[in-house]
Amino acid sequence: MEKRVVFQSKWLPYALVAPQIAVTVIFFFWPAVQAVYWSFLVQDPFGLSTTFVWFQNYAELFRSSHYLDSFRITAIFSTLVAVSGILISLLLAVMADHVLRGALAYKTLLIWPYAVAPAIAGVLWAFIFAPSIGIATYVLKKWGIDWNWIVNGDQAMLLIVVAATWKQISYNFLFFLAGLQSIPRSLLEAAAIDGASPFRRFWTVVFPLLSPVTFYLLVINIVYAFFGTFGVVDATTQGGPAGTTQILVYKVYHDGVKAADLGSSAAQSVVLMIIVIALTVIQFRFVEKKVQY
Amino acid sequence: MVENRPWFDFLAHAILILGVILVAFPLYVTFVASTLTYEEIVNVPMPLVPGDQLVKNYSQVLTSGSERGSAAPVGTMLFNSLVMALGVAIGKIVISILSAFAIVYFRFPLRNFFFWMIFVTLMLPIEVRIIPTFKVASDLGLLDSYAGLILPVVASATATFLFRQFFLTIPDELAEAARIDGAGPMRFFWDVVLPLSKTSMAALFVILFIVGWNEYLWPLLITSQESMYTVVIGIKRMIAGGDASNEWNLIMATAMLALLPPALVVITMQKWFVKGLVETEK
Repeated sequence: MEKRVVFQSKWLPYALVAPQIAVTVIFFFWPAVQAVYWSFLVQDPFGLSTTFVWFQNYAELFRSSHYLDSFRITAIFSTLVAVSGILISLLLAVMADHVLRGALAYKTLLIWPYAVAPAIAGVLWAFIFAPSIGIATYVLKKWGIDWNWIVNGDQAMLLIVVAATWKQISYNFLFFLAGLQSIPRSLLEAAAIDGASPFRRFWTVVFPLLSPVTFYLLVINIVYAFFGTFGVVDATTQGGPAGTTQILVYKVYHDGVKAADLGSSAAQSVVLMIIVIALTVIQFRFVEKKVQY
Repeated sequence: MVENRPWFDFLAHAILILGVILVAFPLYVTFVASTLTYEEIVNVPMPLVPGDQLVKNYSQVLTSGSERGSAAPVGTMLFNSLVMALGVAIGKIVISILSAFAIVYFRFPLRNFFFWMIFVTLMLPIEVRIIPTFKVASDLGLLDSYAGLILPVVASATATFLFRQFFLTIPDELAEAARIDGAGPMRFFWDVVLPLSKTSMAALFVILFIVGWNEYLWPLLITSQESMYTVVIGIKRMIAGGDASNEWNLIMATAMLALLPPALVVITMQKWFVKGLVETEK
């Protein structure tokens, strides 16, 4: 879509885009190019000299069991976050769409976690599940469950999944609710007159109409689990115990900033860039189809 | 409502109330812990009714931080967070509205190239270029400064798209009338485009304020002095060692202070928030 009426000026449009383009080039493109370049280099342990090694960093990366583990961990983590977040929010949105009384109050009470930073969400849940003093740990112990996420990898994973999902429910909920409210009531009434029960109506009418929103949310939740949850991990498990919660984004940070392994960290950055590009392309192809002009 | 099924109404309310309780439970526990003494918290199980240490805990963290972890006053951190959130939100809106205006209302060589460049930033989140970006910021002398906290994250593809999308809906007759009346492009921008964009700007502001306040990885990298920490970074530095040795009463008071401002923004500006969220879709 283009404007018919435009203004003429030789320099003004450049001046207007200049601030955005300057930030983009200096802080986005140049560093991204550097990351690609560094991913082909190996630095000696003292940081004195570098050698150009082509794809050696990548080859080592994909031979490293730690890195492949990190891939597996990220896949498990993002699947759990996306699926549980979507299911819980869908259930709550369907119920909120059904009730007449108090709908706005429920909405207000369900959306505020969106405002909580991932790191703070991590701190809140880490406190509730703290191994020796947590209130949930206390209850679990009464039920005979020994809970200590500091030494148990599965429990650490569960903790970050709970914290990350909790924060994301409000976002999913709002999109599902908007989707549900755009479904014409006459469709549901017609189905009801034909004798379809609420469950039948949900599966045959509502859910198919919600599938574009669900797919969109699936992509957004995967992006969130891949890139938005760094704070959750850093504030709670820090990738531990023994790397069982070291998602890809945390590994890049850990190897680059803490272990100062530039070549490997840069190669990991490039792999992440490819993942992000793929996800963005999927998201935009879909959004194009959804939005009707 | 399609038909009257009292049991289903009851079930719906029950599920929603359960959902609200589950969502609010961590907040309640955090609030209670922030009003207790350290001894009350480590004496398992901690009480689930608020104690009487509210004023003491909050005034201690605001003015002098925690004792065993980071000793930076949370008051300073909240100020840093506010500067960063406002800087990011206003900065993103200003530079995005300007570039969207140029892209929609002018024809110039490189126009599509610039638009494409802005689009590609979506695919380059800070997480995939951590160290090179840090190096650029450090070469430019931006470490431990407000400019360093704000500038590198101030480009925004989503805000530019939103404004572009909105400008395309402004009737051409308005621009035509402005031209006939002899108004230049910037006059048209100030007197017509900007007033019409108020709604979009308000919606974006709410979302971007929250994004700026909650930014984590970038302030973590660029700040090393406690006086420059944002509150989200500061709280992490308070968590020092094993779980029982942390001063949880102070950490939880800080957590409340860190999450209340953005949560209040969401609740009081709910209408703008929902609009911004659905329109930016990111």
